[in-house]
Amino acid sequence: MGFLDRFFRKETPRQSARERLQLVLIHDRADISPDTMERIRKDLIKVINNYMVINEEGIEMDLERDGRSVALVASIPVIEVKRKHPRKRDK
Amino acid sequence: METRVIVVTSGKGGVGKTTVTANLSARLAMEGFKVVAMDADIGLRNLDVVMGLENRIVYNMVDVIEGTCKLPQALVRDKRVENLFLLPAAQTRTKDAVTSDEMKGLCDSLRGEYDFVLVDSPAGIESGFRNASAGADEALVVATPEVSSVRDADRIIGLLESFGKRSINLIVNRVRPDMVRKGKMLGVSDVREILAVDMIGIIPEDETVVVSTNRGEPLALSNTSPASRAFEKIAGRILGRDIPLQDLDDLEEKGLFANFIKLFGRREGRG
Repeated sequence: MGFLDRFFRKETPRQSARERLQLVLIHDRADISPDTMERIRKDLIKVINNYMVINEEGIEMDLERDGRSVALVASIPVIEVKRKHPRKRDK
Repeated sequence: METRVIVVTSGKGGVGKTTVTANLSARLAMEGFKVVAMDADIGLRNLDVVMGLENRIVYNMVDVIEGTCKLPQALVRDKRVENLFLLPAAQTRTKDAVTSDEMKGLCDSLRGEYDFVLVDSPAGIESGFRNASAGADEALVVATPEVSSVRDADRIIGLLESFGKRSINLIVNRVRPDMVRKGKMLGVSDVREILAVDMIGIIPEDETVVVSTNRGEPLALSNTSPASRAFEKIAGRILGRDIPLQDLDDLEEKGLFANFIKLFGRREGRG
């Protein structure tokens, strides 16, 4: 690798390998299909809607890795918290 | 001591399982322990040629399981080092010739009599690998610093964890410090961080490995090449000796100062 490359190259092959592996392993370890992710998203919206008004378009959901474990991280923008528990209101 | 049954596995083929099994077995025998190197790759046996014992095989593992011979009859004694034995795989059969329970029984029948049983697993995640792991308490996972090997190793580690193996240790094989330093290749630290398991050894790329395989003389028995020294250290760590993984720091530049030097184009390596 030449001197100038050190400044202008985006990424070394070593870094590419690391990043590609990390991404591929998240999915290998979790083994969740996009279809399943979509179903989880819809179910989450359903549950949270009982308590809060949320911006469904703004939901971000992703699998992130931490050591040998994978976490499902969801960011759900809240527009308004509902005042009362829905079941209480039913009674 | 209580017999330790250790499976040597990797997922991907061609990363050095058989070489590692042959050399660690030889090294442990040289330390004075009674060792059986077991070839569990039925149908594709190779541990015999790597150890240089191919001409002395009479019976094999499947003969023992099927009752054609007794276990001691199938063990090939290595004449170069005391206490080293090979249990060969069958070559004219397939992996379906044995079951997990039979493999477990075979390993158990070696308990008490020997100090170590090292099982050379076939590549893949199917029955051959499952059988090879069935009788083992511990596992050594061999990976090279390549994306395909690391990915497969990750899958294997997950499976070994699900089988409940109490100890899973990583060996990174065929490391090329020159390429790591130039940023062209994954380093040992990258592999360890990505796989997040305990590491027990680093083996550098070393052409004497090819020579020793061609001759059928395990490196551990004769010379003092870098790979041979690596096997010696790994065997020591298996025996519980506190040998730091110092090679890791020699292999890769670390810290701000090192990066500073790298940035300004100093190219001479340290190793």
